Amino acid sequence: MIDMSPNLVLVVTIGVLFAAGVYLLLERSLSRVLIGVILVGNGANLLFLVAGGAAGRPPIVGSGQGPMSDPLPQAMVLTAIVITLGMTAFLLALAYRSWQLNRHDEVQDDVEDRRIARLAGRDERATTDSDTEGFGESLDDEAAEARDEADRGSA
Amino acid sequence: MNWVVPLPVVIPLFAAGLALALYRRPNVQRLVSVSALSLVLAASITLLVLADEGPLVVEVGDWAAPVGINLVADRLSSLMLTISAAVTLCVLLYSLAQGQQDDEESAPVSIYHPTYLVLTAGVANAFLSGDLFNIYVGFEILLAASYVLITLGGSGDRIRAGTVYIVVALLSSVLFLVAIAMIYAACGTVNLAQLALRLPEIDPGVRLVLQVMLLLAFAIKAAVFPLSAWLPDSYPTAPAPVTAVFAGLLTKVGVYAIIRTQTLLFPGGQLDDVLMWAALATMVIGILGAVAQDDIKRLLSFTLVSHIGYMVFGIALSTQAGYSASIYYVVHHITVQTALFLVVGLVERAGGSTSLTRLGGLAKAAPVLAILFFVPAMNLAGIPPLSGFLGKVGLLEAGVQQGTPLTYILVAGGVVTSLLTLYALVKAWNKAFWQTPSEVRPPVRLPFGMVAPTAALVGVGLLLTFAAGPLYGYTDRAAASLQARTPYVDAVLPDGHRGEGKSADASPDEGSHG
Repeated sequence: MIDMSPNLVLVVTIGVLFAAGVYLLLERSLSRVLIGVILVGNGANLLFLVAGGAAGRPPIVGSGQGPMSDPLPQAMVLTAIVITLGMTAFLLALAYRSWQLNRHDEVQDDVEDRRIARLAGRDERATTDSDTEGFGESLDDEAAEARDEADRGSA
Repeated sequence: MNWVVPLPVVIPLFAAGLALALYRRPNVQRLVSVSALSLVLAASITLLVLADEGPLVVEVGDWAAPVGINLVADRLSSLMLTISAAVTLCVLLYSLAQGQQDDEESAPVSIYHPTYLVLTAGVANAFLSGDLFNIYVGFEILLAASYVLITLGGSGDRIRAGTVYIVVALLSSVLFLVAIAMIYAACGTVNLAQLALRLPEIDPGVRLVLQVMLLLAFAIKAAVFPLSAWLPDSYPTAPAPVTAVFAGLLTKVGVYAIIRTQTLLFPGGQLDDVLMWAALATMVIGILGAVAQDDIKRLLSFTLVSHIGYMVFGIALSTQAGYSASIYYVVHHITVQTALFLVVGLVERAGGSTSLTRLGGLAKAAPVLAILFFVPAMNLAGIPPLSGFLGKVGLLEAGVQQGTPLTYILVAGGVVTSLLTLYALVKAWNKAFWQTPSEVRPPVRLPFGMVAPTAALVGVGLLLTFAAGPLYGYTDRAAASLQARTPYVDAVLPDGHRGEGKSADASPDEGSHG
């Protein structure tokens, strides 16, 4: 039976990385979000290492006495690191582009929903069209005035 | 015929490289992309036919299954592949015509083609993968491509919208990655078939945590209600074809992943009640959002969120009828939602705006466009003869079959949502097509190259109606094998431990420790 109790130092490190990462992810500035993503990503990578079992066993079959260390989590961590690297590069480019355009890299709000909420708050119409406003005093007046389009030519 | 299985992943990736190398010659690029996606469509249809006999398994590099990566094409994945290949091809043709009409700014062709091809490869990889980590890689491939596509051109709007999209997507990827790490720690494997054998043996509490983690990660991608706020903010600013393909496919990849993991890894439905409530909230809140919108692209984005609720409802039922109707609904919704977004691209071109206040009189100005909008709009709302109706009836039937109070609430919610969808779309129709326009615009000739692919997609939507019988038969069989689980597991691990790859004759206990 392999000893599966995880290394406490690694577990605490993962916790700290995740906590700091989540805190940074909640920030507005994209460069802080970026650092948050990196921290959380590295936390996940460490989690994989812990999942792979205890350290100290040989990495290659047949070199040493006991069983070899599990190579699969390491392969997965490598893949994840490469992916995180690519995403980091893209986010950096995005933050730079945002700085180029706005002179800051803050994630802005989408105003459309707020506009609709404000209209609803003031109980206003979003749109006005030909059906919105009547032209007569009462509906009866309007009905008396109303003509079919076809009548207009002869009238 | 197993060699067909990797083609939907391999062809677009090779073509992407080729298209990137040919960036100076846009004509050759076009040829490469179109022929690559046509080949993918042909391969997917072949798989669709072949997979009806039983799942096809390919072990990449001939490494035996639990350790090596394998691709599995069963009924569900090949059906998803076929419909996504058809949709991506139509959208590509549409964007080609748009690229020819417009300037480079709206669709920079040189980077568009390779990225688009990578996106389709990622989608195919996610559908075909028989390995949780490979699904993650598929997701990352398609997401990385989608990051580029959503910020295409780098204008202020798109950067703003893209930032929200990218940060949320990254977060869901990290969740997924953590879930995979925890699953590996618990089970010592990430192979789906082996997980199906091992997960029932672990502690139920741990299993529940793993299930919740995976569901969270996939629900963000699929835009299920509490996790859907990012979608209507980010999709509408992208170019029309990009929004169309995102709306049609990307959320459905999340739905596919939910179906796959719920059926294969976590049968028994511990979280079905939670999923039901999530489905109800997604349907109702999504459609209420749509009703309030003035911009037609945003309106459609909200209907997209809302209708994800139907699919989640089918999944949450955990019955064969539920899964079957859910799969049919996914297929229907991919085509219809994509078609609608393509039509809206044309509306924007003809009417000069996507605001319902400013649009008007399009029924007279562009009658073809009116028909192209009307058919998928009624289809989405679920007007009787069309496929949207058939999908909804299937779901409602499955819900009534279950017959618990909760499913009746969901059935009622589904009907209300369907009516509200009709209301939102009729409002859009009245304003965009019938309202007297506030300003008279010079008539715009819609390019045939853009109208034809849109019409083709609308036609596919109608085809789903006419072929509903055989299609429902297919999804029934798919749902049956999903529920049985054994066809999938047996195909990947014939003896219960190992695949058929060469490394099978290595040490027999390797890969099974954990």
